[in-house]
Amino acid sequence: MAEQSIISPENLVYKKTEVMTDRELHYCPGCGHGTAHRMLAEAIDELGIQSETIGVAPVGCSVLAYYYLNVDMQEAAHGRAPAVATGIKRVLPEKYVFTYQGDGDLAAIGTSETIHACNRGENILIVFINNGIYGMTGGQMAPTTLPGMKSSTCPMGRDVKTMGNPLKITELVAQLPGTYYVTRQSVHTPGNARKARRAMKKALEYQKENKGTCLVEVVSNCPSGWKMNPVDSNKWMEENMFPFYPLGDIKVPGKGLVNGGKDGR
Amino acid sequence: MAAKGDIIIDIERCKGCQVCLDACPKDVLEMSKKVNAKGYQYTVKVNSDCTGCANCAIVCPDAVIKVYRVK
Ligand SMILES: Cc1ncc(C[n+]2csc(CCOP(=O)(O)OP(=O)(O)O)c2C)c(N)n1
Ligand code: SF4
Ligand code: SF4
Ligand code: SF4
Ligand SMILES: [Mg+2]
Repeated sequence: MAEQSIISPENLVYKKTEVMTDRELHYCPGCGHGTAHRMLAEAIDELGIQSETIGVAPVGCSVLAYYYLNVDMQEAAHGRAPAVATGIKRVLPEKYVFTYQGDGDLAAIGTSETIHACNRGENILIVFINNGIYGMTGGQMAPTTLPGMKSSTCPMGRDVKTMGNPLKITELVAQLPGTYYVTRQSVHTPGNARKARRAMKKALEYQKENKGTCLVEVVSNCPSGWKMNPVDSNKWMEENMFPFYPLGDIKVPGKGLVNGGKDGR
Repeated sequence: MAAKGDIIIDIERCKGCQVCLDACPKDVLEMSKKVNAKGYQYTVKVNSDCTGCANCAIVCPDAVIKVYRVK
């Protein structure tokens, strides 16, 4: 069969969803932010809720998420996305509202907003991109940086005696009565990306039930901040991030905490 | 056996990250020797074993791959 005959409109099985704009992404080569955006956009596409969805962008590398996600978007001050999303959802309760936040945004400067929005049970989806570092500002240590992990502000590796312990904020908010569905995913392989898309889709569907906050963490890479090539960064993530931040559901509707909420298995 | 799938790579948008190479079960993809206008090596097809599984396209952070499959 001639190759030409395969490439025709009726055989098209995958292209960039229209819930993303055609704009080129500014992210570094191989950065998981691009795939995470697309999995979220595909979830919105599959549910057919593009015109009913409002997103809140963070400060961090994904500060320009509103250029790429083809839905109504609002930018929030650093860490304040859950507070802004609270306001939007309360005024427009029939809309699907999400935040998209990095670990510095969500678990450092925005810790208070994250915890209180989750504790109030705001009926929003929080998408949390945990790459264990402040990517945007030059790879500084974040609350999520692993013990021993190097960053520009802990070049010898994070020493927990002086720099404190990494914060598992996802396990933490899973304990709060306001959260409904809490899960940890990744987007670095086709299988993981598909699972992350399903998790975000489920979380958006739960918003119709008005039962509380859903949080989908995506453990992701930062090749530039970690000073690795993208393929090695994904391998390093599997070997080092996943043992500390295990993938899987942490709190499931109807069942509550999985494994006592200790980790994602 | 005749090929079942094929892809179109928007080479000018490729950033040469190579994440798609690992994701392909049929070793269809390699990096070019040349670079695109941005200065990145880009993904090229090196055989016609593509099944149209879309693995490469799903993991591509920049969504530069379109996938076709004979149904
Ligand atoms: C009020 C305020 N404080 C500090 C900063 C500097 N700043 C910008 S992004 C950032 C951290 C971003 O890290 P993260 O949320 O993990 O996002 P990433 O870039 O890793 O995706 C910081 C501290 C800022 N922009 N505003
Ligand atoms: S600095 Fe890190 S998180 Fe930011 S775009 Fe680059 S790789 Fe991604
Ligand atoms: S569609 Fe599947 S088989 Fe074809 S190039 Fe992509 S990953 Fe390989
Ligand atoms: S994953 Fe995308 S950007 Fe990266 S090398 Fe492959 S086609 Fe290029
Ligand atoms: Mg970060």
